[in-house]
Amino acid sequence: MEWVNAIVQGVLLGGLYALFAAGLSLIFGVMRLVNIAHGDLIVLAAYLGLTTTIALGVHPLTSLMIAVPAMAAIGYVLQRGVLNRTLGDDILPPLLVTFGLSVIIQNGLLEIYTADSQKMNAGAIETASLEVTGGISLGVLPLIMFATAVAVIAGLQLVFYRTALGRAFRATSDNQDIAQLMGLNKAHVFGLAMALSLAVVGIAGVFLGIRTSFDPAIGPGRLIFGFEAVIIGGLGNLWGTLAGGIILGVSQNIGAQIHPGWQTLAGHLAFLFVLAVRPRGLFPRIEG
Amino acid sequence: MPDALLETRALNAFYGDFQALFDVSVTVAPGEVLAIIGANGAGKTTLMRSVAGLLTNAADMVAFKGRPIGSMRADQVAQLGIAMVPEGRQLFPSLSVEENLVIGGQVGRSGPWTLRAVYALFPVLEERRDMPPTTLSGGQQQMVAIGRALMANPEMLLFDEISLGLAPIVIKSIYDALPEIIREGTSAIIVEQDITKAIAVSDRVYCLQEGRIALESASADASRDAIARAYFGT
Repeated sequence: MEWVNAIVQGVLLGGLYALFAAGLSLIFGVMRLVNIAHGDLIVLAAYLGLTTTIALGVHPLTSLMIAVPAMAAIGYVLQRGVLNRTLGDDILPPLLVTFGLSVIIQNGLLEIYTADSQKMNAGAIETASLEVTGGISLGVLPLIMFATAVAVIAGLQLVFYRTALGRAFRATSDNQDIAQLMGLNKAHVFGLAMALSLAVVGIAGVFLGIRTSFDPAIGPGRLIFGFEAVIIGGLGNLWGTLAGGIILGVSQNIGAQIHPGWQTLAGHLAFLFVLAVRPRGLFPRIEG
Repeated sequence: MPDALLETRALNAFYGDFQALFDVSVTVAPGEVLAIIGANGAGKTTLMRSVAGLLTNAADMVAFKGRPIGSMRADQVAQLGIAMVPEGRQLFPSLSVEENLVIGGQVGRSGPWTLRAVYALFPVLEERRDMPPTTLSGGQQQMVAIGRALMANPEMLLFDEISLGLAPIVIKSIYDALPEIIREGTSAIIVEQDITKAIAVSDRVYCLQEGRIALESASADASRDAIARAYFGT
């Protein structure tokens, strides 16, 4: 029964990893940009949530109302002001610039918030749980997070395939020049894509800060989890990304069940296994 | 030329250090259909890209309704009412046929061309509306590319190599549809390698040779000999 429990908890953890990964997947899909600062932006969002919680005295989940739009605005400005200038035929400049951004965010957070671990206190909801048959209980908070992850993925899917914005994303991803001929300003389209990506990061960051303790240095680790979820699921497939997150979460929890020190290792091993057997991921987007 | 809809004024266009056009001045009157002919590498596509804003130049080198647009981005030019059917069709593979058409209308200019009007012109597209464009034949893809440009309700249509890579029968059916496509009041520039076709549908013709205008003539007056001389530079 312990094993079943480990798997169930792993599935719920996978939702959080899918949230880490969704924004990463989205901007890679639209503009072929690999955002090395993604993990640090998640941590930035966590601190934003923390500051909101303390300054306004609101519940951590309420801080989403501030953190999400703030992160989206940061995303748009960042894209228009900095990242658009790095995009071109060469893939190296955006990598270098986002790497630099990662260093800046980490040290900026260290300067403002110190290296002390922080955690947002969500109160009674943190310990609330639902008893399922046979000794398995599901935490209400992890359930909320998982449901949110599913809703976010479904929402992104809807935006991508059912709205004018999604059409603009796909067209610009297909052919930037011709998309411009359709009256789409790619600088603006990319700005909106990054805004959407960082809105998801806002949710992911606040959830991270409620679920575990965090400090300015944990960003790169979250980036790795996000990358692994994207690659396991297959590039360009959002539901695949959710599946990738779940596989990663379940692997980590099974590893931890065997030996507490093996949690992270087990996740990496699962990732390497998928990479070796299915290099394009489990559910790659079908290309014409 | 007081009433030119579009004109290029001594257009010098560059790709980096390479100069592709030298002092090219062309004018298109409202409702006029212009043909641009010339050998491969003569600068026809460069001229198209310069007008559409995919290649930016000095502002006053291209004027639309007297307004300098040479340095505008392609999306800004599109909003003004210039639409292009690009060489090789260049449809969006991730979008369905219908989405390809709808995105063409995204510039938000109103006019006679709607989804319904495009489907009436090319009924086969309505049958294939939900398919990815990659599953269509070359001729059907060209219909989507034309429909996508029309959806913008442009005042100026640019056709870059419409018949390239298509079967003769398909080319014929597209040219048969042209009079309906280029309705009254709409101007067009047609870049074409098939000289006979280009002369037949146009009011005036320019021949480019190595980035320079080698011939300008009313299409009805253009003799085979004069075109051949301008084309090959003999």
